[in-house]
Amino acid sequence: MGAGHGHRLHYHGHSVVHRMPAQCKIVALVLFVLAVVATPRTQYWAYAVDALVLGVAVNVSRVPPAYLGKRMLVEVPFVVFALVLPFVAVGERTELLGVTVSQQGLEAAGSLLAKATLGVVAALLLAATTEPRDIIAGLEGKLPRQLVQIMAMMVRYLDVTSDQLRRMRIARESRGFVARNPRHWPVLAQGAGAFFVRSYERGERVHLAMLSRGYTGQLPGLRTDIARPRDWAVALMVPLSASVTAASAWLIS
Amino acid sequence: MTAHPAEPPVLDVRSLAYAYPDGHQALYGVDLAVRRGERVALLGPNGAGKTTLVLHLNGILEAGHGSVQVSGMTVGKDTVAEVRRRVGLVFQDPDDQLFMPSVADDVAFGPANMGVKGPELAARVEHALEQVGMAEFANRPPHHLSYGQRRRVAVATVLAMQPEILVLDEPSSNLDPASRRELADILLALEITVLMVTHDLPYALELCPRSVVLSDGAIVADGDTRTVLSDEQLMTAHRLELPYGFDPSFVPRVTS
Repeated sequence: MGAGHGHRLHYHGHSVVHRMPAQCKIVALVLFVLAVVATPRTQYWAYAVDALVLGVAVNVSRVPPAYLGKRMLVEVPFVVFALVLPFVAVGERTELLGVTVSQQGLEAAGSLLAKATLGVVAALLLAATTEPRDIIAGLEGKLPRQLVQIMAMMVRYLDVTSDQLRRMRIARESRGFVARNPRHWPVLAQGAGAFFVRSYERGERVHLAMLSRGYTGQLPGLRTDIARPRDWAVALMVPLSASVTAASAWLIS
Repeated sequence: MTAHPAEPPVLDVRSLAYAYPDGHQALYGVDLAVRRGERVALLGPNGAGKTTLVLHLNGILEAGHGSVQVSGMTVGKDTVAEVRRRVGLVFQDPDDQLFMPSVADDVAFGPANMGVKGPELAARVEHALEQVGMAEFANRPPHHLSYGQRRRVAVATVLAMQPEILVLDEPSSNLDPASRRELADILLALEITVLMVTHDLPYALELCPRSVVLSDGAIVADGDTRTVLSDEQLMTAHRLELPYGFDPSFVPRVTS
């Protein structure tokens, strides 16, 4: 029973976006999201411009839009919240398709949807064009070392531990167990407890193995691609256009 | 490679005793000397103290009584960094050993902790991966490799530290026969002193001219592997069993 293969987010390719050093893409993503969030909420044309810029980036990366589309499911909770907003928000009422809804709620819902969608697509583009290892290497120096170490470990052991969970579940089910109602929860809780103890013990063994290779509390730096000024210039074009858009939207409104 | 009797042993364990904090006594006065170029198998039933002994060799556990010397250097708090470079420990589960996001990063971990940097570090990583036939997998994440490949990378992570002795814990466990043989070929090709903890007795016979039997925390036999495995009385007394149909006297002699 081997481990599952392939990342669910990464799309293999060799485009300009794929080859760009991870740190450029991460900084560009953060700035782009900030610019989108800072856009005044009723200037819908600004969102259209941002979407166009992002569309160009997706096009250059050669990641099929359908590939990103399927992974946009993570946005569903925001969509539900946005759909509910016009009905629960207070303030001026307005007519929409024959239903009376809150004017402010409607505006808030529209901008929430637009901002969330732009942010999610941008983040998915980063994940689709960058290997997890490179994302972590790119974060080095931008986040506290300990945090980067923890994330690196998480990327490495996520597959190991989820595979362990899967094996434990298969072993349970092979003996006729199916969790149908709350009476079965104690079994699941015991499984979770056993899983916790095993993971803890693995953590100890990993630590021993690290000590055996001279670990003293500092991880040596991961190899990173050197970002040339040109890479930064290309990467920052995306957040720059979004910032200009946001600024002009503020001036107009 | 032949043994060099003149210089101090690579590994010199003298009357080593150890009790765990909960009072369980795991080792009762172990004596073991391994000379440069030797390949020694450490055999013994479950719970004999093999892992406890191995954890003493690079200073993870501190001797309760007696001493461990590595090429003349006594294992202690102040020597632990150098001892861990000299003694390369390969753990049984490669998932415990490989924790970095890519194979190359993981192989670089040990030497980087010793202060090796830049082109020399890259050269060490490449050489170590070549020694185990995994050079083309340098940039892959460890969880995308097969179990046998991960075991080989785990050996490379230690080889990159250029140790004086390679200590392997159950190197053949969970491997399919082809991976098991490939690992044997790799280990036989390495010009390095090896101490191998194993339950796989045919593997011990294939790889190690000398065997040491540890039982209930004490060394009960030390000698030619074929002789040890052929001693039925000794084998039964210490819960060692050869696989069905396996007869050491039918196996051709190791030539090295």
